[in-house]
Amino acid sequence: MTVSTEVRNRTAGGIGESPVRPDGTFKVTGQFAYSSDLWMDGMLWGATLRSPHPRARITSIDVGPALKLAGVSAVLTHDDVPGEKVYGLEIADQPVLAFDEVRYQGEPVVIVAADHPETARRAAALVVVDYEVVEPVTDPREAVGHPDWKPVHDEPGERTAMSRDRAPVHPHGNIVRHQRIRFGDPDAVTADVVVQGDYEVGMQDQAFLGPESGLAVPADDGGVDLYVATQWLHVDRRQMSGALALPEEKIRLTLAGVGGAFGAREDLSMQVHACMLALRTGRPVKMVYSREESFFGHVHRHPALMRYEHGADRDGRLVYVRAHILLDGGAYTSSTPAVVGNASTLGVGPYDVPNVGMDCWGVYTNNPPCGAMRGFGAVQAAFGYESQMDKLAAAVGLSPVEIRTLNAVSEGSILPTGQRIDSPAPVAELMHRLDAMPLPGSVDQDIRLLPGGVSNTTHGEGVRRGVGYAVGIKNVGFSEGFDDYSTARVRIELVGDEPSVLVHTAAVEVGQGLVTVQAQIARSELGVERVTVAAADTQVGSGGSTSASRQTYVTGGAVRAGCAAVRSSLFERAAARYGPGEFRLVAGKVESLVDGVVGDIASLLLDGPVEHTVQWRHRPTQPLDEATGRGNAHVQWAFCAHRAVVDVDVELGLIRVVELACVQDVGKAMNPDAVLGQIHGGSAQGLGLAVMEEVQVVDGKLRNPSFTDYLMPTIMDMPPMRVEVLELADPHSPYGLRGVGEPPTISSTPAIVAAVRAASGVDLKRVPIRPEHLVAAALCH
Amino acid sequence: MQLHVNGRLHELALDNRTTLLDALREHLGLTGSKKGCDHGQCGACTVLVDGRRINSCLALAVTLDGVEIRTIEGLSDDGALHPVQQAFLDRDGFQCGYCTPGQICSAVGMLDEFDQGWPSAVTTGGQPAALDAGEVRERMSGNLCRCGAYMNIVPAILDVADAAAGRSSA
Ligand code: FES
Ligand code: FES
Repeated sequence: MTVSTEVRNRTAGGIGESPVRPDGTFKVTGQFAYSSDLWMDGMLWGATLRSPHPRARITSIDVGPALKLAGVSAVLTHDDVPGEKVYGLEIADQPVLAFDEVRYQGEPVVIVAADHPETARRAAALVVVDYEVVEPVTDPREAVGHPDWKPVHDEPGERTAMSRDRAPVHPHGNIVRHQRIRFGDPDAVTADVVVQGDYEVGMQDQAFLGPESGLAVPADDGGVDLYVATQWLHVDRRQMSGALALPEEKIRLTLAGVGGAFGAREDLSMQVHACMLALRTGRPVKMVYSREESFFGHVHRHPALMRYEHGADRDGRLVYVRAHILLDGGAYTSSTPAVVGNASTLGVGPYDVPNVGMDCWGVYTNNPPCGAMRGFGAVQAAFGYESQMDKLAAAVGLSPVEIRTLNAVSEGSILPTGQRIDSPAPVAELMHRLDAMPLPGSVDQDIRLLPGGVSNTTHGEGVRRGVGYAVGIKNVGFSEGFDDYSTARVRIELVGDEPSVLVHTAAVEVGQGLVTVQAQIARSELGVERVTVAAADTQVGSGGSTSASRQTYVTGGAVRAGCAAVRSSLFERAAARYGPGEFRLVAGKVESLVDGVVGDIASLLLDGPVEHTVQWRHRPTQPLDEATGRGNAHVQWAFCAHRAVVDVDVELGLIRVVELACVQDVGKAMNPDAVLGQIHGGSAQGLGLAVMEEVQVVDGKLRNPSFTDYLMPTIMDMPPMRVEVLELADPHSPYGLRGVGEPPTISSTPAIVAAVRAASGVDLKRVPIRPEHLVAAALCH
Repeated sequence: MQLHVNGRLHELALDNRTTLLDALREHLGLTGSKKGCDHGQCGACTVLVDGRRINSCLALAVTLDGVEIRTIEGLSDDGALHPVQQAFLDRDGFQCGYCTPGQICSAVGMLDEFDQGWPSAVTTGGQPAALDAGEVRERMSGNLCRCGAYMNIVPAILDVADAAAGRSSA
């Protein structure tokens, strides 16, 4: 790793090291309690009846037959929702339980509690719901009857006799958000070289391995305790408080083990339902979604339709970008506004472009709701703009690396929002480093290593090698003026004779290693090796969401600030004991900057523990101007680049990713092992989007809600990776660090597609690539 | 019926439709084995039955009367981690950890299969002298990891194989 920052670090297990995860032993021995593992004597099991229709009016619900089933304790409908009937992250429009109308297949209608999960499911099936089916709006182009709308594709979606008068999905219309970016003079400007392209991204699923689950326990004070796997305890609680008509302090959430998240736990799933059942029955209620139900139980990645036009001079220098991006948000708002914000502001990629005209829409349809998934907005746009950069390279006779380095942003560049990049932006360096990495050997004739593998589909005759490059940009943290903060309580005390630190935040560990890094920060800041990170819960202030690659930055910043407050108090004690002076805490000792070691931290704690709770914010951001997209909307950017090497059987359309190389700037590798883990995992999910992963939705209905039919990368699909990590400090962030989790997901997809294009010669416009895209094109040749 | 799990005998009265996974999780309180799909698609529920790895979500408990079942909870020996567990820790072979009990049980079973000379679908020309990355990938391909910790799972397993064979994999 290239190290450009140096943080004093002499306490073992501090920042910059990769100590064993504190939860690691529990995870490898099966003792780590995930939300689906919870148990309480006398508990009931919840189940959910969901709409079979993408769109229908509910004419009646008869719960009678379900209530008659032995073992059933409660059957609840929208009439039983104690408070607000709708909830939502940004806009409350999603019914707790459907009333009047269902707007997507799988929308919850009735919930049941019974003494056995099978009984609960059978009872749910006995509920009689009468629906009046309405034709769904499933084409996002058709969903938008807005005067500003220009079709993304020349041919509008097929219109039926009904479509003209079709009722909007929501009374306020079908546009969730329309964000324009107007930079320079995008309408008038012309260029010598122009390339255009239409691109499409399919619907990806987060497919975390641990399904939605939790245990709600009614409390004596009329409130409820919920043990749940989520991404943001406090925002869950805020939404639950409205729906349950309980003050927030009567709803206590404790994080249970999280079996992956990737954005899918940002919205509520079973939280309110389990609490309603628990409060109604007075008994603990556990809910666990099956894998099939999980596909209906969380939002997906927005499918996108994009039209890009890039203009450049003859040397390949960008003159303008004009783009339309249409994101299908499905039936409810979820995170769509933020997804539109990211796609529009990052829509030209990490390139200097003097003129930008961009229109990005997020729309409602009767498709499954879409929201947060790793890298949202940036992932979709990157497939578009990186495909365009390769087209432009070919048009002006440059290599993929040359076109990108020529146009790369750097520190000081002005983005299309008018915001200046005020920290390192080593995009050209990422490309150069990728370029300098050795390539793997030529096509291997060992059939095990050919596309199709031991299916024995080829002996190499139709197999072509291809190499592709891509680079991406991602904002870190919550943008557009959001008050993004985290809270940390830090306590130091003697346990036995040893100083011991307890760090308590509500920030959610999902596997990324947040509990490890919180402890590392406390060790480095307080010079104490024995650090415990308390279970995340709502007994401490909000930690903000585990999303937007923000937790190490923001909760890390809060822990650092909490430690600084504790340290100040300890220094006061040190001054009282050793006389005035400047001190530091290292490896259990108190050092005077003048006299060296003057005593033990333990001796400062003889007067009792020290505890501070602090809220910490990153620097503020601004909203975007609706008409021009002007605004310092982002707090930080992260950059990552991939080179993909693929072998393609051009006769069968089979693809094997041979190698992925990746270079990412992380500012400061707080925990190098965890950084690599994020790069590996993010790259794998990008590979999935490139060549296999898609939730198939036909007429609003999900066709493949299972791991047999929704394909994601296995250990066989994941190729070896070469990874280089840069550490160019961001002067505005704690330790100079940059968010790590999302960037690798962004560039791996377009790099793989570029490699497949290079191997096959086919102008691929859609991800995931399917064999027929390659073969149909080959047949036309 | 009787279930022998991790060296202990349990008397159980089970609905005969109960899977081994549900018997372990709901009846014996052994929640280490995970349910990722309940359909044999993900491997999170992998346990060892008479030393052989199976998806416990696909086995009916009543068919396993009297056989020896080992789960993730039964791998460590008096607090000492099994070498595969230790290797997953050392190599950071997981993130969320939900797939991990299944990965580890599967690896334990797989290493034994290899020792017994079982070929895999990628084995060519007879039994290879040593496991390599390609063999490990093929033999572990039934265990999904959505966090994408594959890059560390392969060396973790190779560490154990190499240590058993008296080699160092550096
Ligand atoms: S739970 Fe058994 S294979 Fe997925
Ligand atoms: S570690 Fe999360 S699924 Fe493997």
